[in-house]
Amino acid sequence: MTLVRQTGYMTVRHLRELWRQPWFIAVTLVQPVIWLLLFGALFKRVIEIPGFHAHSYIAFLAPGIVVMTAMFNSAWSGMALIDDINRGVTSRFLVSPVRREALIAGRIVKEAVVVVIQSVIIVALALVVGASFPGGPGGVAALFAVSALLGATFGALSNGFALIMRQEEALIGAVQFIVLPLTFLSTTFLASNLMPKWIQHASDFNPVNWAVLAGRTATSTHPDWGLAASRAGFLLALLAACLVFATRAFRSYQRSV
Amino acid sequence: MEAKAIEAEGLVKAYGKDVRALNGLSFEVEEGTVFALLGPNGAGKSTTVKVLTTLTLPDEGSASVAGVDVAAQPDLVRRTIGVVSQGSGVDIQATGRENLRLQGQIYGLRRSALEQRAQELLEQFGLADAADRVARGYSGGMQRRLDIAMSLVHDPKVLFLDEPTTGLDPEVRADVWRHISSLASEQRKTVLLTTHYLEEADQLAAELAIVDRGRIVAQGTPDELKRELRGDAIHVELDRSVNGSASGALAAVEGIRDVTVDDRALRARAVDGGRALPAVLQALEWHGIGVASARVARPSLDDVYLRYTGRTFDAAEAETEVTR
Repeated sequence: MTLVRQTGYMTVRHLRELWRQPWFIAVTLVQPVIWLLLFGALFKRVIEIPGFHAHSYIAFLAPGIVVMTAMFNSAWSGMALIDDINRGVTSRFLVSPVRREALIAGRIVKEAVVVVIQSVIIVALALVVGASFPGGPGGVAALFAVSALLGATFGALSNGFALIMRQEEALIGAVQFIVLPLTFLSTTFLASNLMPKWIQHASDFNPVNWAVLAGRTATSTHPDWGLAASRAGFLLALLAACLVFATRAFRSYQRSV
Repeated sequence: MEAKAIEAEGLVKAYGKDVRALNGLSFEVEEGTVFALLGPNGAGKSTTVKVLTTLTLPDEGSASVAGVDVAAQPDLVRRTIGVVSQGSGVDIQATGRENLRLQGQIYGLRRSALEQRAQELLEQFGLADAADRVARGYSGGMQRRLDIAMSLVHDPKVLFLDEPTTGLDPEVRADVWRHISSLASEQRKTVLLTTHYLEEADQLAAELAIVDRGRIVAQGTPDELKRELRGDAIHVELDRSVNGSASGALAAVEGIRDVTVDDRALRARAVDGGRALPAVLQALEWHGIGVASARVARPSLDDVYLRYTGRTFDAAEAETEVTR
């Protein structure tokens, strides 16, 4: 109970901080729109490749962009934590009775909220430019849920790294090292059967791909709910592991102070 | 047996192989007093505070706050203490009131009790007018006052202030001092203060300990420590650097003790400085050592520091700058 309440206080703090940075909000909201339109236009004709079973590339791409945006955004979550560390805010919390889990969870809930808002915008825009989501509102809600899960997972991971590295440059390096390869080792842009074999195999172990698969099938004409549920389950397990990792990372931080 | 407000026993803490921040540090603080840890940067003061406030664990030794062991029951200790760490702990993206509110919520304050406590502290620390402005725009002094107010939100028994006035203007410093001294006198709180300002310890602390290289080298009330020096300080500024020969010159002068020479600054002690000074000057002249100026002073904490560590406070500060 205390944990839930404290997480709530921390979430309010982070959302309020975000609310006070209108430029940041603007960029955060516009960027996924650019991804969708840019990649949508660039790869428009890939659906003509034999074996690419899709009617419109934008419709194929949209769930991928939702997921990619969730990761891109949340992977930077740790930067704000490093800022807190440098300003002494983290130390102040650590000598108070606040639970470590709440310090991590507050940031992650905030990331999940942002992910859902961005996802709504992307889906709305995709509809405007002519995509359709035959899976209906339930399917779209499932897409939002898996992208929020993925966002939370990367948020937790990023905060854990932040506590261990405690240096912005190091975290930037780590995030950039991870984020793009994971995007391209997935079916975000291309159907699985058109990818080289080794990428197909790699994508089986890629959490980004789990989210893309689950989100894409949930929003399709004939959703494979078994596939969606299993991939959501993988994500949930990974999120739990990342939360434990991030909470433990406070020990590394406290040893260093 | 009455438990002390703070007890530290043989604290040792090393960072890596080379840095031994605490090296067997022990002291006790009586309830309801202001106690100062005085020492230059890098002496181990902040590390001591980090151990006592449960932020980090010592490698060896034990410590308790309000009778509770910091390693065994950190959560219980955290409920009893208020902490103002070096630098700041203010969230600069939030307003003063929001900062206080969040701090209060963490300690379980709710609704009207929370709002009331926040308002009370805002007024007490002269922040009522700025309460709803984002703290990014606060002056250094305002942020520091907010820091102190935040540490008090849950009415802690023991307060830790780690270098509370470092980096503040002299006027602001005096203002912060006023707030700190009222905490002990009016609110009966135990305050542990660390500082590298001699005058700050002198002004605020009922008792102080001098920290040098991770150990306590002297402890007592400021007056006791000065009295132990028995007598006045004689400061002579030489017109050139002579080092060893100056101490030799004074060896034969009666009643002169503790002669040290650092570059052109010669210091010595005498029971009655005024009477000893002519003899000192005569002896220096006899040995052909020119004198630029000379004065006699009542003992200061700087003299106390010199006596226990073998270097002046400024020299110790300069030394830590170099090793960094």
